[in-house]
Amino acid sequence: MVGITAYGAYIPRLRLNRQAVYDANKWFAPGLRGQAKGERSMANWDEDSITMAVEASRDCLNGDGAEGTFDALFFASTTHPFKDRQNAGVISTALHREDLSVADFAGSQKCATTALISALDAAKNGRTVLVAAADRRQAKVASTNEMQYGDGAAAVLVGGKDAIANFLGAHSVSKDFVDHFRGDESETDYTWEERWIRDEGYAKIVPPAIKAALAKLNLKGSDIAHFVMPALMAAVPKQMAKMCGVAETAVRDSLAANLGDTGAAHAVMMLAHALEDAKAGEKIMVVAFGQGVDVLVFEATAALAKLSKRNGVTGALARRKEEKNYMKFLAFQDLLPIDKGMRAEFDKKTALSVLWRKRDMLYGLIGGKCRVCGTVQFPKSQVCVNPNCHAIDSQDDHAMAGLEASIMSFTADSLTYSPDPPAYYGMITFPEGGRFMADFTDSDKEQVKVGAKMRMMFRVRDNDTMRGGFKRYFWKAAPV
Amino acid sequence: MAKGIKDKVAILGMGCSKFGERWDSGAEELMLEAFKECIGDAGIDTKQLQAAWFSTAIDEVHVGKSGIPLSTTLRLPNIPVTHVENMCASGTEAFRGACYAVASGAVDFALALGVEKLKDTGYGGLPGGRGGPLQALWSANGTAPGNFAQLATAYMTAHNVGYDDLKKAIGHVSWKSHQNGAKNSKAHLQKAVDMDTILNAPMISSPLGLFDCCGVSDGAAAAIVTTPEIAKSLGKHDIVSVKALQLSVSNGSESGHNSWDGSYFHTTRIASKKAYDEAGIKNPRQEISMFEVHDCFSVTELVTMEDLHISETGKGWKDVLDGFYDADGKIPCQIDGGLKCFGHPIGASGLRMIYEMYLQMQGRAGERQRKEEPIFGLTHNLGGFPQRNVCAISIVGKYGA
Repeated sequence: MVGITAYGAYIPRLRLNRQAVYDANKWFAPGLRGQAKGERSMANWDEDSITMAVEASRDCLNGDGAEGTFDALFFASTTHPFKDRQNAGVISTALHREDLSVADFAGSQKCATTALISALDAAKNGRTVLVAAADRRQAKVASTNEMQYGDGAAAVLVGGKDAIANFLGAHSVSKDFVDHFRGDESETDYTWEERWIRDEGYAKIVPPAIKAALAKLNLKGSDIAHFVMPALMAAVPKQMAKMCGVAETAVRDSLAANLGDTGAAHAVMMLAHALEDAKAGEKIMVVAFGQGVDVLVFEATAALAKLSKRNGVTGALARRKEEKNYMKFLAFQDLLPIDKGMRAEFDKKTALSVLWRKRDMLYGLIGGKCRVCGTVQFPKSQVCVNPNCHAIDSQDDHAMAGLEASIMSFTADSLTYSPDPPAYYGMITFPEGGRFMADFTDSDKEQVKVGAKMRMMFRVRDNDTMRGGFKRYFWKAAPV
Repeated sequence: MAKGIKDKVAILGMGCSKFGERWDSGAEELMLEAFKECIGDAGIDTKQLQAAWFSTAIDEVHVGKSGIPLSTTLRLPNIPVTHVENMCASGTEAFRGACYAVASGAVDFALALGVEKLKDTGYGGLPGGRGGPLQALWSANGTAPGNFAQLATAYMTAHNVGYDDLKKAIGHVSWKSHQNGAKNSKAHLQKAVDMDTILNAPMISSPLGLFDCCGVSDGAAAAIVTTPEIAKSLGKHDIVSVKALQLSVSNGSESGHNSWDGSYFHTTRIASKKAYDEAGIKNPRQEISMFEVHDCFSVTELVTMEDLHISETGKGWKDVLDGFYDADGKIPCQIDGGLKCFGHPIGASGLRMIYEMYLQMQGRAGERQRKEEPIFGLTHNLGGFPQRNVCAISIVGKYGA
C-alpha cells in the first residue's frame, strides 16, 4: 500500500510580532486591531521558497542517508523564484540529485495537495516521490493578509513501503471560484469579501467533496481523528467539520497564532504537524481549498512511532527569534526603497557556464577527499591542499552540507553591503577536514564565537535585479 | 646555487607624490609628480631609461591595463614597459622587476613606478567585486577590514590575549603612526590623535574601529635603479643598495587546510627568513634599523612584527605597548606614518616604503629623521587577506654594509 514514509518542516527563525505591525499601521488601518496578537513567521532576507523547501526536504530526508531514496521531486508553491527555470531542479541539485524527474506545481493554494495526489499515484507505479511545498508571499502594507500570512515549507516523502501513514484515497473537484487572485502584474493578492467566500465558496464546495471522499472510502466523519484544513477564517474548518460529521476535537490547530498561514505549504505543514501527534490506526483527513478542493485521507501506521527524530513543525517553531522591527520586515520584503549605498551597486551577473560546471560545489556543497592522504577539502580541487601531499587528481566527492562545522575566526562587518548589517562571516572548519570563509546567517552577536558549532544552510547570496531577478544560491553557516 | 642580488643594485633616485585625497589629480598627474622628483634625484635623462615596470592594483578604476599609460604619460622612449599587479605587493613587484633587470646585466637604468588613483569611485573604502565569476558565487560577502579583523579574533584565541589588551595594543599602533604622520608633509593624514579617540571610534568590522584602518589614498612613487658602479661613476656617494627582495605567495593551505589557525601570516614567516638569508642578516632584532611594514590594519602590523621574527610569537602586543616600535623606540616602525597615515595608494605603497628608507639612509628625512644612523631597513607588503595573500619583502641598506 502506498503512503507517506517521512515528513519534514522548515520555518524561518524570525517571528514578526503582530502588535508591532499594528502599532506601525494603526494610524491608517485601525481595523487591524483584532489581528494584533501573536506572531507570524518572517523569512530572513536570504530566504525564498526554494531555500525553505531545501531545508524542509533535508529535515524530511533526515540527513544524507536518505537522499538517494526518491526518484522524483515535486515542488509546490505560488512564489516560485523563477517563472521559467525548473525550480524543483534547484532543490534537487542542492540535495545532490540529478538522476530523477522533477516538476513544479503552482497556481493555487491547493497545488501542494495536488502534487501529493500525483505523487501517490506515481507511488502506485513503484516510484518514490519527495513532495516539497513552500511559500513566501508578499502582502500589501497594512493589509489583513500581512498579519495572516507566514513563511515556511514542509515536505513529505511518498512511497510504496514502510509507510508511516497509508494513503486510503482522495477526492478532488475543480471550481473556478475566485476568492482571491494574484495577477501577472502584481506581487500581492486581491481578495473578495470574506462572507461571500465563506457562504458561497467553502460552505457549498467543500462539504460535498468531503462527503464524496468519505463515501468512496466507506468512512464516516466521526472516523476522522485529525482534520487538517488550512483557512484564513478561523471558524471555517470547524464549520466544515461540523457539516460533515467530523468531531470538533479532531480539527487541527491552524497554527495561526504563532506561525501564520504558509500558503501553498500550509496543508502539508499541518499534515506534518498532525503526523507528530497521530497514533497508529488514526485517520487523518487533509482538505485543501483553492479554486476547487482536494480531500485526502491517510491512516497512521505502527511505523510512525519508529520514525527517526526530526525537527518537524514543533522543532521548527522552537527555533525562534522575535522580531518587533516592522521596518526590517518591510525591507526584507523589498517593500521599502531603502538607501543601500553604492556598495549595493556592484554587478551581480552570473556566468551561467560557471554555475553549470560548478553546480556540485555551489549547490551541492560537494568537497573532495584525497585518496592518497585522506584530507577532506572544500572546494574539491585537482591538487590536494594538504601541504604534505599535493597529489594530483586524487579526490573523490565528499558531501559537506550535512556536516557540522565550527567557527575558527569571524567578524561583524559594517562596511560591506548587507541587507541585514552588520554582515557576519568567518572561517569555518569541519572536524573531518575542510574549511572555507563562509557567510553566516540567522546569527546574533551572542551566538557568534570562536569554537561555536554551525550547520550549513542553503540560502540566497544575492539577487541580480539588473537582469530581471536571478537569485544566486550558496550555502551559509548558521548557529546549531 | 644562486646567492641573490645583495649589493648588485643601487638606488639612483627616488620620488614620491603627496599622498591623500587628490581631488586635483588623476593617475597621470600623480605619476608625473613622483617621476619629476625621481628623475631629478637620479640626475639622468628620461632618454637614458632602458626598461620600466609599472605597478597598479586596481587599474580598472583609473588607468586601465598595460604599460601604455606609463609610457604615454612620461613619453618614454619606446622602451619595454611591463604592467605588474600583485595586489598590495604590486609596488615592491615593480621594484623587483627593475632590480632584476639591472642585476642580470640586461640594462643599466631601469624605472619602477607605482600609482593608484582610488578616489574616483564615489564611495569610501576599496572597490569591491573583482574576484572573477566563480569567486562571485561562493566567497563570503566580505571586505578587507572584515578579513583582517579575523586575524585579531584568531590571535586573541591563539595567545589568550584579552579583548581590552588587544584593543590597547592595536590602538597604540595607530597612535604611533599618527604621531609620525604629523611630521610628514607628504602624508595623507598629518594629525596626531589621542588614545581615547582611537579606542572610542566607530566600529568598522569588529574588533577593528575606524582608526585601526589605513587611509584609502591617491598617490604615486618611483625609483630608478642602476649598478653601484654606475652610481659611483655618476658621482653618487652614500649609496643605498638592495640587500634582498623576496616574495612568498599563498598556495591555498591557509584557506583550505586545517593546519593554519588564523593567527599569523604563513607567507611572511617564509619570505622574511629568505630575505634575511639573502641579505646576510643573522639577528634581525639586533641588525635591522627600521621597518616600514604593511599596516593596512593596526592588527596586521602587530602580527607582522612577530612573523618578521622581531617580536616573540604571541608577545608582539607587549613590545608595541612598551614603545619598542615608536619613532624614539629601539626599532622604529612606520616612522613616516605608514599606510595608516602616509596613505595607501596600493600600487605605489611598496615604493613609498623604500622611498622612506632611502631618505632615512641618506639623512634626508627632515623633521622625522632617525637620529641613530640607519644601516638596514626592511619594507614589507601584504596583498590579499590573512588566509590568502602575497607577501613581499625588501631589505635595503648602506652599500657594502
